[in-house]
Amino acid sequence: MKKLVIAAVTAISTYCGMLTADTSRVVVVSHGQPQDPFWSVVKNGVDEAAKEAQVKVEYRAPDTFDMVKMAQIIDAAIATKPNGLVVSIPDKDALSDSIKKAVNNGIPVISMNSGADAYKQLGVKLHVGQSEYLAGKGAGERMRQAGVKNGLCINHEQGNAGLDQRCDGFVEGMKGKAAILAVSTDPTEIRNALLAYLNKNRNIDGILTLGPIGADPTIAAIEQAGAAGKVKIGSFDLSPAILKAIKKGSMDFAIDQQQYLQGYLPVIFLAQYSKYGVLPNGEVQTGPGFVTKENANQVVELSKKGIR
Amino acid sequence: MNSTTTASAVDIAKDERLRNQSIIRKAMHRPELGAVAGALLVFGFFGIFAGDSGMFSASGTINFLEVSAQLGIIAVAAALLMIAGEFDLSIGSMIAFSGLVVAIPVSVWGLPMWMAIIIAFIGAVGIGYLNGYLVVRTKLPSFIVTLAFLFILRGLAIGFTRLITGRTQVGGLKEAAENDWLASLFHGEVGTSLFSWLAKIGWLETNFAGQPMVTGIPVSIIWWMVIAALATWVLLMTRFGNWIFACGGDANAARNVGVPVNKVKITLFIFTALAATVFACLQVLDAGSADTNRGLLKEFEAIIAVVIGGALLTGGYGSAIGAVFGALIFGTVQMGIFYTGVNTDWFKVFMGVMMLLAVMFNNYVRKKATESH
Repeated sequence: MKKLVIAAVTAISTYCGMLTADTSRVVVVSHGQPQDPFWSVVKNGVDEAAKEAQVKVEYRAPDTFDMVKMAQIIDAAIATKPNGLVVSIPDKDALSDSIKKAVNNGIPVISMNSGADAYKQLGVKLHVGQSEYLAGKGAGERMRQAGVKNGLCINHEQGNAGLDQRCDGFVEGMKGKAAILAVSTDPTEIRNALLAYLNKNRNIDGILTLGPIGADPTIAAIEQAGAAGKVKIGSFDLSPAILKAIKKGSMDFAIDQQQYLQGYLPVIFLAQYSKYGVLPNGEVQTGPGFVTKENANQVVELSKKGIR
Repeated sequence: MNSTTTASAVDIAKDERLRNQSIIRKAMHRPELGAVAGALLVFGFFGIFAGDSGMFSASGTINFLEVSAQLGIIAVAAALLMIAGEFDLSIGSMIAFSGLVVAIPVSVWGLPMWMAIIIAFIGAVGIGYLNGYLVVRTKLPSFIVTLAFLFILRGLAIGFTRLITGRTQVGGLKEAAENDWLASLFHGEVGTSLFSWLAKIGWLETNFAGQPMVTGIPVSIIWWMVIAALATWVLLMTRFGNWIFACGGDANAARNVGVPVNKVKITLFIFTALAATVFACLQVLDAGSADTNRGLLKEFEAIIAVVIGGALLTGGYGSAIGAVFGALIFGTVQMGIFYTGVNTDWFKVFMGVMMLLAVMFNNYVRKKATESH
């Protein structure tokens, strides 16, 4: 323990030149690529927490969805002996060795975003996030209650476990009366693919998209097909365009997992833990929250700032 | 066979050193022949497996043409560059970068749209020049130099956007684009009145709301045609076109006979950057937003389209029309799967197999055509 403290202090002093006792250093490693709008908001939460808690934070992410690379980044972070580590765990098997190593080295670890099913076994102290499957199921149930008979889930990143779970949850929530359409991330391709699909399957009356990348072209496609108002649209995650569509009524709801908190809370928690040794127990659920026409206004401004 | 040449051709070509060829035979030797055949194969395939699905209805056709058009715009530029013996792997990143250069000044600083578009095009000239200059100056393979720019431009797009906006998507551009004289070049449709008239007399299908399924031809298709025509003219009718072939065939030999190889190459790098910017403007104004994620892997799609179009990876041989058909094949296959009803889990397998078949067929046809000298 003494060695660790000395190492930490050296690390801090070389890092920022300050030697105050309450300054600690946290490394955040996420699987989300920096260009993903969703993870921008997470990072904004991290930055804000770092400022408030006066913690040095380093945010790292592999530039592609690559679990091996992510494990290597975690290993590198452990080597710098941080006072705390925040990780997302989209793939337990690929990351467990690295995370266990951090735990065995006495680094407190908090998982965020994904990893609800894995964090306990790995010795991670706390999970901050939303269950993707349950959120998708919630969206499906909501659609079904709104009278949707044939749903469609638009997956713009097939193979990403979290997104696949959302679609699977949606199909479950719709009691199986929903299909999944895999598309690319190109807006024109998504819009035209959907137009093609709708043309072939004219009974589709409810569409769930998994984020702004899919949502904007979907709204455009529905308008172009002349089906506005006949097809319900819901989406995961928020963007200014999604919120505007909700206010206008061309989109029915967006599921907000408040990922700002997924970046913010773990850093604050770790700062408190390193200061006083206090930490909440169990899982902290940041979502799902539904944004609809009723509460869209308050969210709009915050979304512009990258907080929601 | 050659004695059946048309009379008019004989009149023009009295030079006994030239062998007279029939138009058909001439066409057989064009690089794009294979791609045209490949396109026919692809259309045949979808005609059989998705013919009754509306894929070849007016709306369906516009649908896959639009996707082909956007790819085609960058593919034509990539084709000219590849004929000159170089690659540009920075096209995809350039699309994201240019899109944000258009979006950020408008949404963050309140500049008028036309000014932002002009800034983006000026920026593209600069980046294209830099790409080309580094290639000819360092003599490094363009594969390496532009690969570096693939990362640099994507990184700049992400870094600056996050720095300035705190997000990776910049939206709210629809309003700024309205009534903007320059934006209208990249946005909307052509021939809308014609299409609504066609719908009224019942020649066009109508949608849920009773409106025509197709309200016009998207401007991207016009851009595609214009750029392809321009590139074909340059390639076949101008001295610059000859220089392009010479650069890719044997740069040293070309230099020795006075072709300004470096200038040609730099110009073509500028052309690909400009094409990427056109692509970016079309998507930004269509979607009303820019995104650091745009254009992912487009550089490879463009190269694939060029190769399907009959160009050689080693340079010196190819055509712009070939790239047009290459993009058409790619776009058709990409959209076609949604009409066949195949589970989209198999999307990439399907794409790969169709691509491979098209290229193999293309090569086979070209070989058959050229061996009958």
